[in-house]
Amino acid sequence: MSNINTKKLLTARFGTIDPGSIKDYISSGGYSVLQKALLMNEDEIINEVKASGLKGRGGAGFPTGLKMDSVKQAEGTPKYIICNADEGEPGNFKDRLLMENDPHQIIEGMIICAYATGTRHGYIFIRGEYLKSIRIMEAALEQARVKGYLGDNILDTGFDFDIDVHTGAGSYVCGEEFALLVSIEGKSGRATYKPPFPTTCGLYDKPTQINNVETFCNIPHIIDMGGTEFSKIGTDSSKGTKLICLSGNVINPGLYEVPLGTTVRYIIDELGGGVPNNRAIKMVQLGGASGPVIPEGMLDVKLDFAEMREKDLNFGSGAIIVMDERINVLDILKRIIQFFHHESCGKCTPCREGLTQMLIILDRFIEGTASGQDLALLDVLIETMSQASICGLGQAAPTAVKKVLEYFPEEFNSRIHSMGPVTV
Amino acid sequence: MRVKEAISKYGSTPDKLIGAMLAYQRSTPCNYLTEDDIREFASETGLPISRVHSVASFYSLLSTKPRGKYIIQVCYDVPCYVNDSVNVVKDLEKKLRTTMGHTTDDGMFTLEFSSCLGCCDKAPVMQIGDKLYGNLTSEKITEILSAYRRKQHE
Repeated sequence: MSNINTKKLLTARFGTIDPGSIKDYISSGGYSVLQKALLMNEDEIINEVKASGLKGRGGAGFPTGLKMDSVKQAEGTPKYIICNADEGEPGNFKDRLLMENDPHQIIEGMIICAYATGTRHGYIFIRGEYLKSIRIMEAALEQARVKGYLGDNILDTGFDFDIDVHTGAGSYVCGEEFALLVSIEGKSGRATYKPPFPTTCGLYDKPTQINNVETFCNIPHIIDMGGTEFSKIGTDSSKGTKLICLSGNVINPGLYEVPLGTTVRYIIDELGGGVPNNRAIKMVQLGGASGPVIPEGMLDVKLDFAEMREKDLNFGSGAIIVMDERINVLDILKRIIQFFHHESCGKCTPCREGLTQMLIILDRFIEGTASGQDLALLDVLIETMSQASICGLGQAAPTAVKKVLEYFPEEFNSRIHSMGPVTV
Repeated sequence: MRVKEAISKYGSTPDKLIGAMLAYQRSTPCNYLTEDDIREFASETGLPISRVHSVASFYSLLSTKPRGKYIIQVCYDVPCYVNDSVNVVKDLEKKLRTTMGHTTDDGMFTLEFSSCLGCCDKAPVMQIGDKLYGNLTSEKITEILSAYRRKQHE
């Protein structure tokens, strides 16, 4: 297990540079990759990203090279590039720390992508609660402009590109890409049907590359070491490192960078120091509120796209929330569903009404007045929401409830008051 | 700050509306947007009142109801919840003699639930203005609140 340790790529500069100083970034090798990239042609850059096997770090895991290629090929100008820093998934704080510790890494990644796709306008969409991140990113952008890394005729190459900060105003759903786009346009953040996808019809209906903060941070490393070399980190289906936000009942909560393929158990026990007072783990939630929960017996699962998919799991944007034996599972589920109920944009019925009904049913289980029919109703609700909701919020909202029914059925069964008629 | 000033600082195009409203709201004594403010934003940007109102009422950080000078946002999501955020809420309610969603009698503090504040490694967490406070205990909460009270009297 010696090589399965913390591998520092994206967090290598954390604590070693002053995030307010572009000088520090440059003297530790920063923006040298941009100079290298500007000497390559667009397709060479995209091919390196494809060869790296990098998949999006926001949760969906879409291959980044393919996304860049679609934007480059798409008809219509101007094109846009957007860094999604609307980090609102409970349990996640990696994007905030990337912005607060190494802001120029994000900017360098965005400039390289913009150059490769022929884009001249960029936005960093930062959630309104992250006031410190907003200040740091705005200052970093200004420094990059002064040094000629942003603006007109970047480093005398004739390439023009600039980035604006756009702040959210307190809305989880704006992390969803279409809600994010309409929010930038100054509207209430409500999701839209897909397709078309943002790569062809995004901001102001123009081709738009939207990626997570962590995804952009990988780009300079890929161009620096070469896609093939980068792809040696990780597993067959999952290349590179992953930032993990460890929280909950754990001795050392915090941010960890690990090679993909690392097990959840290793992260909790070896990096996180295990659970305080040697308590047993009841369940662990992966990815955040929208992610699956797993029992202690499944902690040997690897952070690996293929293995997770096979087990009908996903690690989302990288949160790992540990819950020990003292928790009340149904209380936790209620908390999760209340979160989505608050954050639902209200546009589509499955999500808006589904969450309201789910809370009512959960309450019946918590009070011990539920019937067997409620169990059947829950199944129908989960299916309807995950199939028929417009966006990822409604589709993923019932995931934790679904997984508790699968792995901890006794939590529900033991609270059924009467079997009742099972008709739905 | 007046609505006009916020618009001239941020711009009058629709994409600047949210930023301008947030900045304007921060400058108001009661941290909210009145019906008149919304009408003015609409006329200054040329957008329909309904559109501006929909933005003002959609986002959690914008309010159409008066609030206190300081907004205390308490995270209530799972990482904080399993680290006893329930007791943080009870403690704040007791010390401020108000309940979640309400403002203290002196107009100093409004207590609000917040979605995850992105500090789960320091749970339980709350935010006041742009200051984050983590690893909260009852003693820490007392200290933080009295620091704000002292600041008010200075």
